[in-house]
Amino acid sequence: MTISIDPQKINNESLQPKGWLRYFSFSLDHKVIGIQYLVCGFLFYLIGGTLASAIRIELASPMSDFMPRDVYNQVLTLHGTIMIFLWIVPVVNGAFGNYLIPFYVGARDMAFPRLNAVAFWLIPPSGLMLVASYFVEGAAQAGWTAYPPLSITTPQSGQIIWILSVLLLGGSSIFGGINFIATIIKLRRPGLKLMQLPMYCWAMLGTSLLVVLSTPVLAGTLILLSFDIIANTGFFNPVLGGNVVVYQHLFWFYSHPAVYIMVLPAFGLVSEILPVHARKPLFGYTTMVFSIMGIVVLGLVVWAHHMFTSGTPPWMRLFFTIATAFIAVPTGIKFFNWVATLWGGKISINSAMLFSCGFIINFVFGGITGVALAQVPFDIHVHDTYFVVAHFHYIVYGGTVFIIFSSIYHWFPKVTGKLLNEKLGILHFIITFIGFNLCFAPQHWLGLNGMPRRVAEYDPQFQFVNQISSLGALLMAISTIPFLINVFLSVRNGKVAGDNPWNALTPEWLTSSPPPVENWEGEAPLVEEPYGYGKQLSE
Amino acid sequence: MLNKNIYLILIISLVFAISFWIGFNVNLLPAEASINAPIYDELFKILFIIGLIIFIGMTIAVIYSLFKFRKRNDQIGDGIALEGNLSLEIVWTIIPSIIVLLIGLYSYNIYDRMGGMKELNHNHEMMSSNPEKIWAGISQTSDNKISKNNLSIEVSAMQFAFLFNYPKGNFISGELHVPVDQKVSMKMESKDVIHAFWVPEFRIKQDIIPGQPTVLNFTPTKVGKYPIICAELCGPYHGGMRASIIVEEESDYNDWFDKNKKTEVNL
Repeated sequence: MTISIDPQKINNESLQPKGWLRYFSFSLDHKVIGIQYLVCGFLFYLIGGTLASAIRIELASPMSDFMPRDVYNQVLTLHGTIMIFLWIVPVVNGAFGNYLIPFYVGARDMAFPRLNAVAFWLIPPSGLMLVASYFVEGAAQAGWTAYPPLSITTPQSGQIIWILSVLLLGGSSIFGGINFIATIIKLRRPGLKLMQLPMYCWAMLGTSLLVVLSTPVLAGTLILLSFDIIANTGFFNPVLGGNVVVYQHLFWFYSHPAVYIMVLPAFGLVSEILPVHARKPLFGYTTMVFSIMGIVVLGLVVWAHHMFTSGTPPWMRLFFTIATAFIAVPTGIKFFNWVATLWGGKISINSAMLFSCGFIINFVFGGITGVALAQVPFDIHVHDTYFVVAHFHYIVYGGTVFIIFSSIYHWFPKVTGKLLNEKLGILHFIITFIGFNLCFAPQHWLGLNGMPRRVAEYDPQFQFVNQISSLGALLMAISTIPFLINVFLSVRNGKVAGDNPWNALTPEWLTSSPPPVENWEGEAPLVEEPYGYGKQLSE
Repeated sequence: MLNKNIYLILIISLVFAISFWIGFNVNLLPAEASINAPIYDELFKILFIIGLIIFIGMTIAVIYSLFKFRKRNDQIGDGIALEGNLSLEIVWTIIPSIIVLLIGLYSYNIYDRMGGMKELNHNHEMMSSNPEKIWAGISQTSDNKISKNNLSIEVSAMQFAFLFNYPKGNFISGELHVPVDQKVSMKMESKDVIHAFWVPEFRIKQDIIPGQPTVLNFTPTKVGKYPIICAELCGPYHGGMRASIIVEEESDYNDWFDKNKKTEVNL
């Protein structure tokens, strides 16, 4: 059976609540679902951020004195799980994907609107379940990687709830991925060719392929792990002859692609934002498309670089070094192309632009430490230290979260019809950028000099540098205040934006802001050159 | 046009100069106390310099664009409709590919010099020589001139301690004592969850895995006391799971060894 869209039926206005209430309903409108993803994700970001602050408070002193040690391990487990599965993945994929992809392909909704709503509504209960597991017997405390045998020997209820929650979130992610692939391939407006799609569509196509190929492996692995925990099987339990390293292979077969599931959509979003505010076409469209697909293919064969100090034979270490380092090539192409997009433009220095440029600088830094970490001999010293913590926060926070904020400044007028306040936006950027770098740059040194990750106590010689890092974390926490004030003020009293405040050419701006229920009053426009800046004047 | 090129060359050479200067003068690493450490630091220095060149170069390009190409108040309209430049794109595909390939080959060389490519089972010389599959690790080959004989130690890790068994002396110690400039060969096994053996000053790390013995060989080169740190989350007291390695002159080591040695097997 196929679920076909029948716009008249789905958007029957008497069935769908209107006003703000629709955001609490089982709405089938892709725009409503996108906003549901975004707001829900942001609420979990605040929870995850609170947990991060708790970690930095604990680490402001070398002794374990702020919270009990097992609670600290629960906090770091929840922090990682929430930030990955409830904030970044749902927001860069679910929120922006749902809002933008139907516009970009010229459709009135996603291919499977009901599946779409199901995918979203799996998230709040599983997220709440995960957080609530703290009150049962303590939350999971084996880290977001849940390596056995630690995850088998720690209190079981927390670990089982964690597995259940991640399974549901993974399911939600797979539903979303299938939906995006179907929408991009099958729902394109007649006459719109694949190579005319905005770059975010390509990024989401690549990401969704990764989601569909690798998430089931995680699901299977976690089900086996849950058998080990509750049914005393011996898949990974060494006491019963299981192999703990097999778990790591299976886990990272998903969880390394997960990094690309978190950054590829950000690559797509920044490709939409830069051309608009620099008033120039996206540089090297074709190479951008091929580099996304190159990252997808390479991303599937690099997982063992997370296991260079585990039980991996030498030849395997070498293969994964070369494969991992080569991801730098397609990624590098994208960064050079973005700088070339800026070059010679007429750049508006606004919040969206600043966050995007902050992204480029932070991500280049994280990418460079990434190439270093890919080298086995380098990694053997810094694996599982604060160097790695710093590296991946440069990728996921300095990279993806900066782009989430950039995108919010860019598309806020689309969603609400109002502009965000630029002064508050620039203040938000400055505090975030300084706080972020103050928090994570010193952690590279900590890792190189002997501070392992996931510890509640450390050698007192590292206290000063840890305090600098904690100060940076404080600034990051403060930076959300101007942002929240800005959003609440602008929703009510913001400057009216008009339909297309940035004079953008991508299809979502060629309708009213906020858009009508079926996206366009008439037929969807055919946008053959979404980045045709500099051309329309001469025509 | 000539002027522009001169500026470009000047800026690029300045970026290179700054990167090399920082790379050679800023030391981010702890003391070097094993044969592995100077090899590691050589690799680190190269990667640090290349990384700095790319990072500083990209940052300058972004900030320069923001200033140079910012929209002035009176300006309207768009930038130039430049959609790509195939030769430029080929250049910045090929150059990074070559750099990445060279780094990969170089780090292979480093890894080989660290002993990473050695066959683990052959290189491992234990007292009780039941042939046993060694799953992973690093067997540091040592210079025979320095190393007279091998010291074999069995490490067992548990929540939240390391125990070091000296089979030759038939005793177990909570501190790892080793003589300087001698190859130490460790077979490691965990009693419960995954742990890791890390000595930052030696630049070596290996997970200690339940059910799968791993091996780690090294040759300390500097007398002193260094921390042994567990680097794999192993439970609530993970942060406190530390021990010390004491590298001492051979005579001091022998005194310590004789003091602890048990001549009879206690059952």
